[in-house]
Amino acid sequence: MGLEAYIKDTGFLTTQVNAIIAWARKSSVWPMPMGISCCAIEMMAVGDPKYDIARFGSEVMRFTPRQCDLMIVAGTVTYKMAPVVRKIFDQMPEPKWVIAMGACTSSGGMYRSYSVVQGIDQFLPVDIYLAGCPPRPDNLLNALMKIQEKIGNTKASQFQNVPLNEEGSKLPELNVIQKN
Amino acid sequence: MDLKTLIPQKLKEKFPSAEFEVSDYRDELTIKFDKKDIVEVCSFLKSDSELEFILCSDITAVDWATRKNRFTVVYNIFSNKHNFRLRLKSDVDESDCKIDSVSSVWHAANWQERETYDMYGIKFNNHPDLRRMYMPEEFEYHPLRKEFPLMGIPGSLPLPKK
Repeated sequence: MGLEAYIKDTGFLTTQVNAIIAWARKSSVWPMPMGISCCAIEMMAVGDPKYDIARFGSEVMRFTPRQCDLMIVAGTVTYKMAPVVRKIFDQMPEPKWVIAMGACTSSGGMYRSYSVVQGIDQFLPVDIYLAGCPPRPDNLLNALMKIQEKIGNTKASQFQNVPLNEEGSKLPELNVIQKN
Repeated sequence: MDLKTLIPQKLKEKFPSAEFEVSDYRDELTIKFDKKDIVEVCSFLKSDSELEFILCSDITAVDWATRKNRFTVVYNIFSNKHNFRLRLKSDVDESDCKIDSVSSVWHAANWQERETYDMYGIKFNNHPDLRRMYMPEEFEYHPLRKEFPLMGIPGSLPLPKK
């Protein structure tokens, strides 16, 4: 891997807390496979040995939202399905990200109709819009890499899961053990 | 005897007072009649030992928009015994937008009539459970009617808050 070469003498490495947290987070993004229609087939292909999403640390597709970081909305979202998607998204712990996979999810696609939501950004915060009908698996991997880039550039203090204290400040007070 | 002559003949014998409009287009037999006879005709076609139309493949409707009898309810039924498909039609006007349910004849008709009710607003008398099939319960419109806009009525279907 190469990392061993740097730490073999001392056993220490220096880095920033932000950098190492972001590195850990981006290297193990657990997706929630919200496979609603045909895009889900391409999403499955991403998990197989040919494309192998495991190379990016995202092979653990969790079918419970409580263990997920990334929601891949793969398919046509109808008005009847929208509350379900939102409910699952709300159950995911923060920080969380959303990929709108494919034309239908991003804009309604070819379904310009009364029953289909014309873009899930009407009720979800979307991080990546993925073009294609359906997008090729490589394209989904590209979207995942973009998400990783986004996570890598985020400071730990900017993640939304930092609870607000009574003064409204974003940073909670830590009990730092002082060395004498 | 050929089924295409046998079926109208048997229907005329069984229901002498009813009028049957028989048409044969592209080798498909269609029979049109008044909506008051629908349950009797259907149960006869199902139970007659020479016909045995035991499968109700589909029930749907047509909206003719400006015509006097605005809707036509269409029944596609199938006889396993003869491998024969038959289409039944019955007109329903908007002023009396009701027709008798055939779910007592074929249980499969239950959901198909619910779908037709959902999309066209045609009510089926004596239906055991006439709720909407696809659209939410509180939705006020019938999407396959001609006056319904393609993109729907704004705000009629609620979305979750962002």
